[in-house]
Amino acid sequence: MSDILNQLQEAVIAGDPEQARDLAAQALAANIAPLDAIDQALNPGMQIVGDKYECGDYFIPDLMMAAEAMKAAMGELEPELMARQEQRQILGTVVIGTVEGDIHEIGKSLVATMLSAAGFQVHDLGVDVPVSRFVEQVKATNANVVGLSALLTTTMRNQEAVIEALKEAGLRERVKVVIGGAPASPDWAETIGADAYAENANEAVGVVKQLLEV
Amino acid sequence: MEDITSRLKSGRVIVADGATGTMLQKAGLPMGTPPERWVLENPDPIRDLQRAYVEAGSDLIIACTFGANRTRLEHTGLADQLVEVNQRAVQIAREAAGDRAYVAADVGPTGELLLAPIGKLTYEQALAIFTEQAAVLAQAGVDVLYIETMSDLNEMKAAVVGAQQAAPGIPIFATFSFDHHGRTNMGVKPEQAAEALQELGVVAFGANCGATLEMTEGAVAKMHEAIPQAALIAKPNAGKPHMVGHEAVYDATPEDMAEYARKFVALGARVIGGCCGSTPEHIAAIAAAVKS
Repeated sequence: MSDILNQLQEAVIAGDPEQARDLAAQALAANIAPLDAIDQALNPGMQIVGDKYECGDYFIPDLMMAAEAMKAAMGELEPELMARQEQRQILGTVVIGTVEGDIHEIGKSLVATMLSAAGFQVHDLGVDVPVSRFVEQVKATNANVVGLSALLTTTMRNQEAVIEALKEAGLRERVKVVIGGAPASPDWAETIGADAYAENANEAVGVVKQLLEV
Repeated sequence: MEDITSRLKSGRVIVADGATGTMLQKAGLPMGTPPERWVLENPDPIRDLQRAYVEAGSDLIIACTFGANRTRLEHTGLADQLVEVNQRAVQIAREAAGDRAYVAADVGPTGELLLAPIGKLTYEQALAIFTEQAAVLAQAGVDVLYIETMSDLNEMKAAVVGAQQAAPGIPIFATFSFDHHGRTNMGVKPEQAAEALQELGVVAFGANCGATLEMTEGAVAKMHEAIPQAALIAKPNAGKPHMVGHEAVYDATPEDMAEYARKFVALGARVIGGCCGSTPEHIAAIAAAVKS
């Protein structure tokens, strides 16, 4: 791998957006294909960031800054991708939100950021999202994944309500449902008929990839 | 009652209260309704709960103002009643505490990230939010301002400095929530938190909420090691919640919490209570353990 790509990967890991943007530009100037920069520097960089989070070397700010660095690099690469009529492979389409009655935002947004950095198209519906809006958005975006966040033991029941509404709308077979939030658990996922539970933003990326087999 | 700072200095443990949110949910707080709305519209269950904590042995009742800062109240549609919510909540707590317990105001996080350049709030904005709430709370007349469940060192600093500016002379308690590999979600280490809070001049600091009882214990131990003379606070969740069918059950029994309370005292904790999932029974067990 070229030195530039090595450094680009390091800039993502270090969460340095300016450096990442600069190195992405250098990569293009050195005739490195933008898809190679993504596959050989940005994606593996984010993978390492996720691993560092998992083992306790990294925390939320590190994840967010790494995603920010990735975004900065993508901003440089995208015009060249367009010019070549190429695009980054989209791994899937995710509709995500914090369920109705619950205004906790940070965890959900972090999951959205990490999924987006991993190559998913993410539609973040925000917090206190009514059940019907999840259903509408799954239809409108043709999503194949729904992410439901709840931080309260009471609002967790709305995770179930969304799953029921998806069934009623005949959409349940089309989407994988992943749940998260401090009080959620694999048991709760099973109780309400979700496809999976993810403990944190990094795990969410792995879980979604596994569910979609991508 | 002697003032709370002298009480702390005496070395006798102050038993704080237990959960508010999860208890009010049991009492029928509808899903999606913030406890602050009950402060205005249905105060009896709050007062009853706080009385139950006093009966169980709490020396310190924490008013129902955790989400009563401007950013949180904007989300819950109560921002134009910020003054009233904070005043009434303190009044309710005072009615429950009588002359048997101290009353603390509760100051929770803004719920926004302060992380530049991604976060929505700057330090100055956070400072203004905390200053506003602390000014109202000071006027309502509290014995202590209790800043809790913080993850970000900068946000904690904004809360402490805001409280010091708006409520000079009112002692400050401050705790972080340790949730990820022994640190806060934002990566703050317990010893780093202890040093910063010591320097800011809060009278007691420590850990609340947290992923597990063990993680809170680890954090308190590290703080004790860093500043051995500090009066520490331990106010953990009653373990982790499990869903049994559709009911959330927290797995730590009152006896488990009592056992941890003894460990916390040995590690320098002088204020001990419970966070999510704890009940008056948990507090009674803690009080029996640390006051005997």
